[in-house]
Amino acid sequence: MEQTYHISSYCHIKNSSVFLNGKLLYASPIQEFSAFIKSAVQHLETAYPKFYKMDHLSKLAFLAADVLLKNANLSVETEHNIAIILSNKASSLDTDRTYQASITDPDNFFPSPSVFVYTLPNICMGEISIKHQLHSENCFFIFDRFNADHLWINAQSLLKRKKAEKVLCGWIDFDDKNYEAFLYLVAENGIIAHSPNDIKRLYKT
Amino acid sequence: MTKCYISYHNMTSSLGFDSATVFEDLKKGKRAIQFVEDTSRFYKPFFGAVIPTEILNSVFQTLEPNTEYTRLEKMLLLSLSKTLNASEIDLSDRVGLIISTTKGNIDVLGPQSQFPQERAYLSELGKIVQNYFGFKNEAIVISNACVSGILSVAIAKRYIQEGIYDQVFVVAGDLVSDFVISGFNSFHALSDAPSKPYDTNRIGINLGEVATSVLITSNKNNLSEDAVELLGEASCNDANHISGPSRTGEGLYRSVQSALAEANIDSNTIDYISAHGTATLFNDEMEAIAFNRLGLQDTPLNSLKGYFGHTLGASGLLETIIGMQSLHHNTLIACAGFETLGVSKPLNIIKETTTKELRTFLKTASGFGGCNTAVLFRTLS
Repeated sequence: MEQTYHISSYCHIKNSSVFLNGKLLYASPIQEFSAFIKSAVQHLETAYPKFYKMDHLSKLAFLAADVLLKNANLSVETEHNIAIILSNKASSLDTDRTYQASITDPDNFFPSPSVFVYTLPNICMGEISIKHQLHSENCFFIFDRFNADHLWINAQSLLKRKKAEKVLCGWIDFDDKNYEAFLYLVAENGIIAHSPNDIKRLYKT
Repeated sequence: MTKCYISYHNMTSSLGFDSATVFEDLKKGKRAIQFVEDTSRFYKPFFGAVIPTEILNSVFQTLEPNTEYTRLEKMLLLSLSKTLNASEIDLSDRVGLIISTTKGNIDVLGPQSQFPQERAYLSELGKIVQNYFGFKNEAIVISNACVSGILSVAIAKRYIQEGIYDQVFVVAGDLVSDFVISGFNSFHALSDAPSKPYDTNRIGINLGEVATSVLITSNKNNLSEDAVELLGEASCNDANHISGPSRTGEGLYRSVQSALAEANIDSNTIDYISAHGTATLFNDEMEAIAFNRLGLQDTPLNSLKGYFGHTLGASGLLETIIGMQSLHHNTLIACAGFETLGVSKPLNIIKETTTKELRTFLKTASGFGGCNTAVLFRTLS
């Protein structure tokens, strides 16, 4: 019989709220993203000095990943082969626009390497990998909208071929003032089946 | 496990618009990198490799377009149309499309663009390519820094092996733009002369632009004459730094190990390494460390960045095609710009273009975000 996989946990961050497995972990009355995510990180005890230099997309991905990986109670002694498959619509356009504004006016030209490096969507996977020491498979996809089928295919491929023990998957989008994170962890054990329909159902909760 | 082959291909590049003639140019040592002074595109002059706009526009007219396309779209459509025609494949629902780019139509954010800013969404780029050719499946866009092009080859194979598609067309492209020039400049990473990968006097990158495309298929019939089998692939993160390569080459080391394990071959069967070789101090040093840890210090190796510049998210696919041509012609292409080894560990850099019997090659790439990809290919003959 073919090996089956499960969704062991999932996390949403949207509308100034953080949810783990559908349960509210933290909500804030602050609408503005930067202030909200800062308060969420403090409340959820995700102490990490490098957090404050990240761009919006990386902060969003980093917090969602941290919520899930802390909850997974991974032992600190052994290495974990957790692959990362993320996706969104706006790529790094939020930071691209900021960077473009810094170079548009020749008389006010101030390109910054610390902004430029975040003009790639996969940087947020690098930030997660550094914090959790994951030397694992990574790929960042761009889709018009949340696409459970493609996330499912890519996670299945990595797990079946033993390229990863677990896969951290999901959707991390930041565009203008709008943001949304939905990450989930796929593993051998869990209660929820790893199927496109279940992924779609959890995304909508 | 289903076998995958890399077959028909095209490059729409600064050295020409088809792979075979470009390979002939490489054999003659022709480099596209030059001093570029074009105020209609760039805020300041630089050393790099660009496609002449007039030639691009006139060749693109042969497709008889009935609407306006951006520069990158023209490049992608031209390249993919040639690969599609050569392959003679019907675009059924068993055929996938992967688009690989770091920055897509990033130039539309600039003040000189006549296109709406919405064109910068990579999913829009995906739709334009998909609809132009009439692909039945939605375009899959991969944007994963400078490994995008070669990672797309690995991902295409996964879709085929999962039984989702029988064939996947991969098209990769990136532009030289003020956006990336100013960004790499802010890192002091650009060279003010043609770059010198692995050389003791290397001082940095030249940027380049290209669109390049391949067919990846599970069907062993009607392959191109230079088709190769994809033996193994992997993409591992350094987990070290977002803009600097690992000092131990950890992600690259693991990527090659994992690809070798999947291919079930020994590292000493690799005849040639097409490496990343951006000609920055840190990248080339990191690769030398990783290849030494893998016992690959004696394997002939080059970087092709000295010919085309660094074509960002397209570079891995461009260099894969040159690797296929190298195997087909049993020819190792010299590492342009290299004279004296300038990394701390030994490497067997190809100094002169030579003929040698070649069966298996390794393509590697590394990028911002700590990403690395390695893919192994073998000739069919």
